[in-house]
Amino acid sequence: MSAPVMDPVAVTFRAVAETVVPEAAGLPAKEWEALRAIVEGALAERSAKLRRQVRLLVRMIDLASYVRYGRAFAALDPSRRTAVASSFQDAPLLLLRRGFWGLRTLVFMGYYGRPEAAAAIGYRADVRGWEARR
Amino acid sequence: MIERACDVLIVGSGAGGGTVAQALVPLARDGRRVLLLEQGARLDEHEFTGREAEMAGALYEDGGGFLTAEGTMTLAFGRAYGGSTVVYTGTSLLAPERVLRRWKVPGLDHADVVRRSRRYMQENNVHLLDPEELNDNNRLFARGCAAVGYRAEPFPLNVKGCRGSSLCNLGCPGGAKQGTHRVQLPRAEAGGVEVVTRAEVLRLEGRDALVRVARRPDGARGRASEWAPGEYRIRAGAIVLAAGAVGTPALLLRSRLPASLPRLGEGFTCHPAHILVGEHAQPITNDVGHPKSYFLDRAQEEGYVLETCMYFPFTTAKNLAGFGEDHSRLMRAFPRLQMILVLACDHAVPGNRVSIDSRGRPVVHYRFTEEVIASLVRATRASARIFFAAGARRVHAPSADPPLIEARDAGRLDELVDVRHFKTGKVPVSAAHLMGGCGMGRTAADSVTDAWGRVHGMPWLRVADASLFPDSLEINPYLTVMALADRVAEKLREEARELLAVRPCARPA
Repeated sequence: MSAPVMDPVAVTFRAVAETVVPEAAGLPAKEWEALRAIVEGALAERSAKLRRQVRLLVRMIDLASYVRYGRAFAALDPSRRTAVASSFQDAPLLLLRRGFWGLRTLVFMGYYGRPEAAAAIGYRADVRGWEARR
Repeated sequence: MIERACDVLIVGSGAGGGTVAQALVPLARDGRRVLLLEQGARLDEHEFTGREAEMAGALYEDGGGFLTAEGTMTLAFGRAYGGSTVVYTGTSLLAPERVLRRWKVPGLDHADVVRRSRRYMQENNVHLLDPEELNDNNRLFARGCAAVGYRAEPFPLNVKGCRGSSLCNLGCPGGAKQGTHRVQLPRAEAGGVEVVTRAEVLRLEGRDALVRVARRPDGARGRASEWAPGEYRIRAGAIVLAAGAVGTPALLLRSRLPASLPRLGEGFTCHPAHILVGEHAQPITNDVGHPKSYFLDRAQEEGYVLETCMYFPFTTAKNLAGFGEDHSRLMRAFPRLQMILVLACDHAVPGNRVSIDSRGRPVVHYRFTEEVIASLVRATRASARIFFAAGARRVHAPSADPPLIEARDAGRLDELVDVRHFKTGKVPVSAAHLMGGCGMGRTAADSVTDAWGRVHGMPWLRVADASLFPDSLEINPYLTVMALADRVAEKLREEARELLAVRPCARPA
């Protein structure tokens, strides 16, 4: 079992997650752990190269934040965090755009992959189908 | 290494492999040993829970997020007993005549493909759903199409006793979907075909297959393999590859073969897709009922097909563009969301292909042509019109910036949804209709196989899956895969006496 990928960048990753899904900011510790476990589980099945790339991207987001605002990403207010994240999403370089897309996907997986989040948005699919609604 | 032998080895158990397995039962009954290897696991009924994270990991390669080399599109394909037929929606359409004419494969006749397809439609209980089984998500699509002057067509579906869980793409929890895991494979096994799961074919060395049977990981879904874990060399008289449009070319590329195949891996197509959503003011039934009951075929006129669909929270979130509060607001509107799947009818172009990396793992190279981007944009505009005509108050369009379009702007769709906003790496694109890589044709100069799936220069090696398609099919492909696989099996039966004259156990290594 490899070491958790996001541990060295845990603070920034959490700030990114809260920027991608604002509701993540209100998650109790147990639910945040569940999110983190889903993300780490997905990363564990990917190549070591990809894991390094994801961690590097989180560090680059922090670096971009310092360059633009002189502060760490996690220390920014929500609108400035959004501005930094958007600069990656809309970057002229495909490498940055697709990197952010991948990071965003990991956050969605961790957040919406939890049954609690699915229930919270009103998702009600049930193996019993119509019978469960009647 | 453990040595085994068989007369016919089939690799893969999806629409192609499952069909071949059943069609070779007469050989098995004649005393021939027919063996099918499947890389995925065999799940029991109770293991289909419909929970997204669990089932995606258990049934799909890379959890359904296999990334292209360019990192701009994810591919979804199944890896289980039954292959992708476990995770499709059962939509059963006949190959369009104009597409097969365009393929120009000598010896492939549209009428023959249709005749065989109809046989499998009957075998798989294909029918139209009763109107009372349709949910609002589907009704709204039909209504919206009618309002803007399109005629939505109902999907023929291969279900039996569908309870409407809406969970087809996570493996039907009710066992209603008539994939090969429900129909052809059980019949093949009852008829004497041996099926071994968790068995990955590493490479071919001539007619020998080097195979790794994996141990069932602790806590994993699915049964343990029928064989003991370990490395095997399987000597076969004939080999039929049905590992899909990614798996089959990749396996051949890492194999030692006695003939050159310059077109191997080329001609990959996949119907690149967007998932679009329209938000209604009131809740609608969307996550109950069969998710895919209607489609709108605009392939010939505008290069796209629209289909109703309903996905799960993570898949939906991933396929919406953007992030933050706007994205979250749309996700919180889940009970009010109508969804449309947009499929671009792409064409085989140089560079879009399957290759392998230094470790032999498949790599899919795919660049969006201007034609594909234009098709996706046209399809998005059409979908937005359908959503608004059906009463949606806002629409999410990935190729608009910002992606949310309010109903008051419905008259400005041509201006708002535009190719200039289609930024690769930002706009979510996924695909599940993977085709090509071992295209049929005349000679090795233009193709990998002939019209019967016989690999050029190697009569003992056949292909029987969507990798045979020399270009995209422009509709959902499984039924055509079954028809082509049926042809492959028929020819193999005809040639069995000659092809299998020397039993593999007696053949020198």
